[in-house]
Order: sequence, then C-alpha cells, then structure tokens
Amino acid sequence: MLERGEVANSWRRERWDSLRLLTPNRQCRLPGHRYEGPDPDGYLTMAEVTEFIERFAKISRAPVRTGVNVTSVRPDGDGYHVTTSHGALACRTVVIASGACNQPVVPPFGAAVPASVRQVTPFGYRDPGGLPDGGVLVVGASATGVQLAAELSRSGRPVTLSVGEHVRLPRTYRGRDVLWWMDAAGVWDQRHDEIDDLTRARRLPSPQLVGTDERTTLDLNALASMGVELVGRWAAVREGDALFSGGLRNVFSLADLKMDRLLGTFDEWARARGLDGEVGAPERFAPTRVPESARWRLDLRSGEIRTIVWATGFRPDYQWLDVPVIDEKGRLRHDGGVVDSPGLYALGLPVLRRRRSTFICGIEDDAREVIDHLARYVAVRR
Amino acid sequence: MSTVTNGVNVQALLDAREVLKGAPEAAKFVWRASSKWQNGVHSTTRVQEFFGLGQEQTHKSEAVFDADHPEVFAAEDNGITPIEYLLVGLAACLTAGVASVAQNRGIQLRSVEATVEGAHDIRGILGADSDVRNGFNDVKVTFTIDADASKEDIEALVAQSQKRSAVFDALTNPTNVSVEVA
Ligand SMILES: Cc1cc2nc3c(=O)[nH]c(=O)nc-3n(C[C@H](O)[C@H](O)[C@H](O)COP(=O)(O)OP(=O)(O)OC[C@H]3O[C@@H](n4cnc5c(N)ncnc54)[C@H](O)[C@@H]3O)c2cc1C
Repeated sequence: MLERGEVANSWRRERWDSLRLLTPNRQCRLPGHRYEGPDPDGYLTMAEVTEFIERFAKISRAPVRTGVNVTSVRPDGDGYHVTTSHGALACRTVVIASGACNQPVVPPFGAAVPASVRQVTPFGYRDPGGLPDGGVLVVGASATGVQLAAELSRSGRPVTLSVGEHVRLPRTYRGRDVLWWMDAAGVWDQRHDEIDDLTRARRLPSPQLVGTDERTTLDLNALASMGVELVGRWAAVREGDALFSGGLRNVFSLADLKMDRLLGTFDEWARARGLDGEVGAPERFAPTRVPESARWRLDLRSGEIRTIVWATGFRPDYQWLDVPVIDEKGRLRHDGGVVDSPGLYALGLPVLRRRRSTFICGIEDDAREVIDHLARYVAVRR
Repeated sequence: MSTVTNGVNVQALLDAREVLKGAPEAAKFVWRASSKWQNGVHSTTRVQEFFGLGQEQTHKSEAVFDADHPEVFAAEDNGITPIEYLLVGLAACLTAGVASVAQNRGIQLRSVEATVEGAHDIRGILGADSDVRNGFNDVKVTFTIDADASKEDIEALVAQSQKRSAVFDALTNPTNVSVEVA
C-alpha cells in the first residue's frame, strides 16, 4: 500500500478546522473495527477520524508505505509498471484507492472574477479568520457549502449562497438520525446494477447535513433564518457581474419533493417492519421558503463581495494514471470497481457497487467483492 | 410499457438519448428564423428549415408569425408583441415537458392548461428610467392539470419539466447573443 502522505492523509490535510463527519459514529465501521465510544449518535472531529483510521491501519496490520508518491502507472506485459518517488515496482494487479475528492472543482468562469475578489476552495479554507472581513459569496449548497455558509455567517460576515440542485435532508427524522434511516431502510444497500440512472447517482451532490452536538438541521430555511441570502445557480460572469439563474424556485421544489418522497419510503418501511411504536411520529417539513425576489445579478467590483468560496464539489486526480481508462469527463471507466483494463481495480468511489460505497462504512462489502475478483484473476493467470 | 397514452413517443426519445450519448456531433442542432420588416413596427418572421442529426431538415410546412405592437402603443396591432412570443415559447415548452415526463412516468393526463404572465415595466424600453431593465421583471406560470396522479406527483411532473426545458433555461440563464450586420 503506497501512500504519498501519512495514514488518513485526506482527513489530516484536506479538511477545514471545524469539520466533523456528517455520518454518525454508529456508522464509523471498517472491517473488524468500529466506533465503540459512549456516543453512537455523535459525529467525529477530524482529529478523531484520523485516530480512528490510524488505529485501523495498526490492528489490520496494513502494510502501508507512507511518503511514497505514485507518479505513474502504465501497462507492462501482463501487469503494470509503477513509478514512485521512491523507485519503481512491477505489479500483476493494481488497486486504485487514491480517493474521489483529490481536487476541488471550480467552474471555468472563476477565471473571469475580478482580481479584487479573493477566491478560496475548501482545500485552502481553514476557518473564518483566514478570510478578509466583508461579504462572502459561497457557491454551492451541498454539505460543504451549507456548512461554510453557516460558519461564515456566524463570524459576522454577510453571506450570499448560490444554490443549484441540491439534496435536502433533516438531521433527524422521527427521532433518529436521517442516515440511520438510509442505512436501516436499505436505501444504501441499493446496488449499482439496480440503479436506473447510475451516472446520475454517481454525480449526486452530498446532502445538506452537518454533524453537531445539537443535531441541528442545516437546510436552506435554517440558513435563511440566520440571514444568509439565497441566489440561484451561478451561470456566468459578464462585465464584472455575477449572473445567477432565475430558476431558484424550481431547485427548491425539486429538493422538497425528493425529500418528501424519501421520507415516504422511510414511513412505509417502518410500517411494514412494525416499527411505528419504536420511532417518533411521521413528520413533514415546511417547504423551502422562496425569497421575495432573489437577486440574479451581483456586481463583483462594488466591494460588496470580498471573498468567493467555491463549494462546487471535488473530483479525483488521475494525472499519474497512464492507462487509457479515463472517459471524456475525467471519470474512471469501471464496472463495480473492475476497471476496463485487466488486473486494474478501483475502490472508494461514489456508488462504486452500492449507494453505501460513497461513505466510510461502504468499503467493507466493496473491498470483499472487488478483491474476490482480483484473486480469481490472479489465480486464473497463474 | 403501460396503457398510458399522452401521445408522446417516449421510447423514441429514450432511444435517441442513448444513441446521442455516443454521437455528440449529431446532437448539435441549429434552429433558424428569418424576418422581414413590413411597415412601422410590424414584421413577419418565417420558420421552416433547421439543422440537426448532421444534416439540413425541414418542417412539414412553413410557419409565419406576425409581430407588431398594440394600438395603445400607437401601432396597428397586426400581431402579438415580440416579448409575448417568449411567453408562447415558455408555455409550449413546459407543456411539452409535462406530457413527456407524464408519459415516461406512466401518468395518464386528461387536461393540461397553463397561463403565463410576464411582468414588464416598459419604462426600460422607452428609456424613461435607466434603472429599469428592458426585459421581464418576473414571469409566472400557473398550471392546472387533471391527471391520474397525486398532487405531489403532479408537482414533480411540473418540476421535472422545468428541469429539462430549453426555453426555461434560455429565459432563466444568460445566453451569449451576437447581432451583426451582414
Ligand atoms: C469534505 C468531505 C467530507 C466527508 N465527510 C464524510 C463523512 O462524514 N462520512 C463518510 O463516511 N464519508 C465522508 N466523506 C467521504 C470520504 O472521503 C470517504 O468516505 C472515504 O474516506 C474515502 O476514503 P479513501 O481511502 O477511498 O479516499 P481518501 O481518504 O481520499 O484517501 C486516498 C489516499 O490516497 C492518497 N493518494 C492519492 N493519490 C496518490 C498517489 N498518486 N500516490 C500515493 N498516494 C496517493 C492520498 O494521499 C490519500 O491519503 C467526505 C469527503 C469529503 C471530501
């Protein structure tokens, strides 16, 4: 196992200070290692996740070679030639587990933003104190965007949040963590080959959730109540103006309707399982409030916005992969982790084999199935 | 797939989606209109040819649209105003979307009616106030739908139709427009 940094590198180096997992502790599960502390409904801090993964590396005796950067993998005979910062390796098989979120995504019109406005990505952001005083435009309303918008608003800065399609969820539903429902009701068990539109499922943004002691919901209504101004999806920059979509109401409707359908499936599942007595009563949440008139233009030269925080998602980095298995969108071509090149495998990608794959607790089943395939491949070719 | 008949050939659309995924060039369409000044603010615009699937295409027949201003604008009212054509496009596009999505979701429609209102402050186009924009301030669409479906399913139809609508996108998002003299 080659790791360019340290064990749990992404959690140590690529996260902001206040971040806590959005999955509750009861879902901190790796093969043979799970959270066993006093608070199964809590959420780990970055220091705690790092420790959790370090501990797993120790007890599983994972043969990790840290500080080894893989600079190239290319086909060579019936295997692969791997070049690293510490010499070369010949491998029969390679498992790509380099992560799904190696780089923040910034839309191309970021280049047209006036130089007077500072731009930061989640990789450069640590805490509000690192940003200039004054207005902040947070772009993207998924987990990262809603969390940073809330934190920046609490720091006293005027915050505008640009909202495209998003996934709205309450933190708790009928008294249980909403991700408990996802897990228990079988949503996360849905397999990649059962999903109608797999490409779409793999591109689904992260849910609007935050891990806090109070288990508060951080949807757009909560942000609006804090004073965060909501604007539409950022479409273009024209002559120093940010232009936002006028379709804000519809992205609210889509997310509200989708949330209600999901909660409906939870209710059905609870009824079928006879759990209605054990959990709270069914709930429905107020629709997302549509602002009286959302601004669709914002002058970036006026000084109103000092900083733009891009919370527009992450993408993997395969620059080191010299095997023709990347599609025109920069995604790895694979079927459930079996990459389109013999002996090459992948783990740790969204909805790799099931919806759970996106999360830490998804690795156990995925790894077993992918490594089964790998072992058969090696055995046949012996 | 079901006995629902909204008259939309959804299978053909789904097949096209699959084919065009691998053939992005064929998906490039160019829609065209040609207009001719008549008199005053009256013009006539004709639409028949377009380009798509890699070749020139033709509508079954030519469509002719007269645009003018109403008498309250001291004009002859030979046709609707140009900005009203945007409302026609939006209503037609969202309605087509509702029918297609309903067909795809197996929802039988009985009637679909929409009213579209565009709020317009004409001080902008008259140059009476430079803070007022030329175009619509707000556009409101109200659907009345009778179908074999729950209220939530009908709302989801309308939401999905906006999500996939060409005209909704063209109106809500900026588009580069270049106007030249030949
Ligand atoms: C902001 C954020 C919040 C998240 N919150 C949660 C959450 O609350 N709960 C949850 O379950 N999941 C969460 N996730 C998803 C989480 O990242 C995955 O569930 C899981 O941790 C991925 O583990 P991984 O080992 O596959 O990838 P990573 O943790 O990204 O590890 C990949 C490793 O590969 C190394 N590497 C990459 N390229 C090379 C190379 N060329 N040479 C050598 N080494 C290399 C990296 O240094 C890194 O250590 C979050 C993700 C992000 C980005």
